Amino acid sequence: MKSLTIHDTPDLYADTSIPDPHQDAFDKTVFGFWMYLMTDCVVFASLFATYAVLHGSTFGGPSSHDLFDLSTAFIETMILLVSSFTSGMAMLAAMRNKRHRVIAWFAVSFLLGASFVAIELHEFAQLVHEGNSWTRSAFLSSFFTLVGTHGFHVSVGLLWMGVMMFQMFFLGVTVETFRRLVVFNMFWHFLDLVWIFIFTFVYLMGVI
Amino acid sequence: MFGKLTLEAFHHEASQNGAVVGMLLAGIGIIAGITYLKRWKWLWDEWLTSVDPKRIGIMYIAVALMMFVKGFADALMMRLQQALSVGDAHGFISSSHFQEVFSAHGTTMIFFVGMGILFGLLNLIVPLQIGARDVAFPFLNALGFWLFASGALLSLVSLAIGKFSTAGWLAYPPLSGLEYSPNEGVDYWIWMVQIAGVGSTLSGINFLVTILKMRCPGMTFMKMPIFVWSSLCAMVLVIFAFPILTATLVLLALDRYLDMHFFTAGGGGNPMMYINLIWAWGHPEVYILILPIFGVFSEIVATFSEKRLFGYISMVWALIAITFLSFIVWLHHFFTMGASPGVNTFFAVMTMAIAIPTGVKIFNWLFTKFRGRVHFTSPMLWFFAFVLNFSVGGMTGILLSAPPVDYQVHNSLFLIAHFHGMVIGGFVFGFFCAFTYWFPKFTGFFLSERLNRYAFGFWFTGFLLAFMPLYMLGFMGATRRLDHYEASTGWQPLFILAGIGSLIILCGVIIQAYGLLMSIKDRKKNQDVTGDPWNGRTLEWGTSSPPPFYNFAVIPTVNHRDPLWAIKRGEAPEPRMDYEDIYMPVNTPMGMYIGLISLVFGFAMTWHIFWLALASLAAIIVCLIVRLSVKDEHQIIPAAEVKKIEERRQQNA
Repeated sequence: MKSLTIHDTPDLYADTSIPDPHQDAFDKTVFGFWMYLMTDCVVFASLFATYAVLHGSTFGGPSSHDLFDLSTAFIETMILLVSSFTSGMAMLAAMRNKRHRVIAWFAVSFLLGASFVAIELHEFAQLVHEGNSWTRSAFLSSFFTLVGTHGFHVSVGLLWMGVMMFQMFFLGVTVETFRRLVVFNMFWHFLDLVWIFIFTFVYLMGVI
Repeated sequence: MFGKLTLEAFHHEASQNGAVVGMLLAGIGIIAGITYLKRWKWLWDEWLTSVDPKRIGIMYIAVALMMFVKGFADALMMRLQQALSVGDAHGFISSSHFQEVFSAHGTTMIFFVGMGILFGLLNLIVPLQIGARDVAFPFLNALGFWLFASGALLSLVSLAIGKFSTAGWLAYPPLSGLEYSPNEGVDYWIWMVQIAGVGSTLSGINFLVTILKMRCPGMTFMKMPIFVWSSLCAMVLVIFAFPILTATLVLLALDRYLDMHFFTAGGGGNPMMYINLIWAWGHPEVYILILPIFGVFSEIVATFSEKRLFGYISMVWALIAITFLSFIVWLHHFFTMGASPGVNTFFAVMTMAIAIPTGVKIFNWLFTKFRGRVHFTSPMLWFFAFVLNFSVGGMTGILLSAPPVDYQVHNSLFLIAHFHGMVIGGFVFGFFCAFTYWFPKFTGFFLSERLNRYAFGFWFTGFLLAFMPLYMLGFMGATRRLDHYEASTGWQPLFILAGIGSLIILCGVIIQAYGLLMSIKDRKKNQDVTGDPWNGRTLEWGTSSPPPFYNFAVIPTVNHRDPLWAIKRGEAPEPRMDYEDIYMPVNTPMGMYIGLISLVFGFAMTWHIFWLALASLAAIIVCLIVRLSVKDEHQIIPAAEVKKIEERRQQNA
C-alpha cells in the first residue's frame, strides 16, 4: 500500500501545505475501498454459488452446452483486459500530472468498456430472441443474474469513468482527484478479475 | 401513474387503524413541538446534517428506541391474542393480520432496533475509546445512518399504506414468492431490509477502517479496550455477512419482479437455496449483535469491580474464535430440512464448539469480580441478570444444537424462548447496561438510579415470567406463530402467565421512559461535571461530559490497557496540553438527501411505480456525483480557540 501513497505524485501545483484533515485520508480511503471490494466480492461469491447450484436446473430447456459461444466470450475477455491496461496507463499519466493524457487513455478505456457492454447486451438480446430468456429456467435466471450483475458493475464503472474525465478536465490532478483515480482503477481491475472467474466457470466450463 | 397503489391500500383492521392514528398524532405532535420551540434551525444545523459520530450515534439510538416501541407493541398484541384466542374465542385480531404482526415484530426488532442500537453504540464509544476525533469516513457514516433511518421509516409507511409481509421475518420462499404472496407485503419487506442493509454494510466498512487505522499512538492491538475488539470482530462479520443478505434479497426481488426462477417451486428453482443463503447471513447477524454487547459487559464489569479485566488475552481469542465459528454453523437453523446425517453432525458439533469461547467469556467476567470491589450499581444489576439469562439461553441452545432434539422442538415455542433469552437477556439487557453507564458521558447528566432499579426489577421478573412458560409450552408441542389453539391442549394458563409477564415488562418500559424524561427535566440537578463519574479506565472518561465536538484537545498517547487508571495511579504521566490546530469535517445534508430519496425509491419499487423509482434512482446518482466531485471540505479550529474552550471547561468543572 505504501507504494501508492500520495507522495508519488510530483504535482507542482497541488496545495500540500494544508495538513490532511483526517490524519491520512489517502491511506484510509484506499484501505476502505479494498474493504468495499471485499463486500462486492462476497456478493459475487453468493451469485457464483447460486449459479453452481442451479447450473443443472435447466427445466427441460437448453443447457450451457447448447447456448454458450466461447469465441464471443473470448473477445469480451480481451476487450476488458485491454481496457484495464489502458486505464492503468491513465494512472501512470496521472502520476506525471499529465491531465490530457489521462483523459485520452480514459477515453480509450471507455470505448473498450462500452463495447464490452454492447457485446454483452447483444448476446443477451440474442438469447431472449431465441426464447431463452431468464424466465425459461432456473439455470438461465442464474446465468443472466451473475453475468448481468457484472455487466451492471461495468456500466457503473463507465459512468464513474465519465465523471473522472470531467474532473480531470475541470480540476486537474489534485490530492482529491488522484485519490479518486486510484480507487476507480482498483474497481476497474476488480471487475476484470471477476470476469476472469465468469469466463472460466460459466463459459469455459460450460462448454467443455 | 400510481402502479399498484389504490385507495384499497388505506383500509385496515381496527387495531391497525389505531396504530396509524397514534403514529400520525405523534408525528404531528413532534412537528408542532419543534415549531413551537423554534428549534428547526437547531435541528437542521446540529443534528440532521451532522457528521459528528456522537450526534449520529444519538440519532441511531433515538430511531432504534422509537422502533422498539413499535416492535414491543407488536409483541404485546401477540401475547394478548395467544392468551385470549382459545377454543370458541378468536381473540381480537384476524389470522392474516396476526401473521403481519409477527413478521413485523421480528423485522423491526432485528433490523431496526438491534442494528440501530449496535451502530449507535459504536458511533458513540469507538472513536472516544481509540482516542480519535472522528471516524474514518464521516460522510459515509452519516449516509449509513440515513439509509438505516429510511429503512425504518419505510416500515412505518407500510403500517399506514398497504399490508406488511405475512411470510415471517425472514420471508422464506416459496411462501414469499409471487405465487403465494402476490400483494405488496413482501416487496415492502425486501426494500426496507435492503436499504437498511446497504447502510449497515457501509457503516461496517467505516468502523473497520476506523478501528484499524485511527487508533491513537501507542494503542497496539493488545492494548485496545475489549469493546473495541468486540466491535472489530462484529464489523468483520458485517463485511462478510451483509453482502450475502444484499445478494439474496436481490435474487428474491428478481423472482418477484422479473419472473425469474431462483426460489420458485416451478421452473427448476430451489427454495432450499434461499434458506441456506439467508442463514449464511442470519447466523453471523446474531453474533454481530451480541459481540459488542460482550464488549460492553467487559468494560462495565472491570470498572465496577475496580479490577482489571481477568483474562484479557483469552477474551480476545474467544472473540476471534466466535467470529470464525459463526460462519460455519448456519445449517443448525434448519436441521429438519433433511441434509444428510453427516452434514447435520458437522454443523451440530461446530455449534456446540461455540459454547467453549462463550463459556470462557462468562468465566472471565466472573473471575474479574472475584476479589474485586464490586459496586452494585444498576449497570451491574443488568449484568447479573444477563449472566443468568444468557447461561440458561445458552444451555437450551446446546440442547437445540443436537439434531435429534432439534427434530422434536424445531419451530416450537422452546426455540422462541431460547433465542429471546439470548436477544433480550443478552442484547437488550446489555444495551440498558450500556445506556445507563455511558448516558452521563454523552449528555452530561445522570439517569435516575432509583428508577433504573425499579425498571430493572420489572424487566427481569417480566422477562422470566414471559419466557420461562414458553419453554414448557414448547415441550408440550406449542409451535410458534399460532393465532389460535384448542382448549383441550391445556396451554392457556401458561399463555396467560406469559401475557402477564409481558405486561410486567411494559411497566418496566414505562418506568424507563418516565425516568428518561424526568432526568432530562432535572438535568441541572444531576449533572456530571467531572467527566469521570464511575472511576473509568478507558480514554472516553478522560475528556469532559459531554465531550467537545473534537473529542480530545490533544490526541492521547497510551501505554497501558487501562490508560486512565494508569494515569490515576501514577503509572503513566499526565497528558501534556500542547494545543494544536484541529481539523474537522464540515456538516453536509447530502447523507440525509440520499437517505430520503432511497425511501422514495423503496416505496416506488414496492408499489411498482416505476417512473418514480427511476427518477429517484437518477436523483441518488446525481447526489453521489455531486458529493464526490467537490473538494474535501473541513474546518480548522485554531489552537488558541481550542485553548479557550478547554480553559472554560476546566473553570466550570
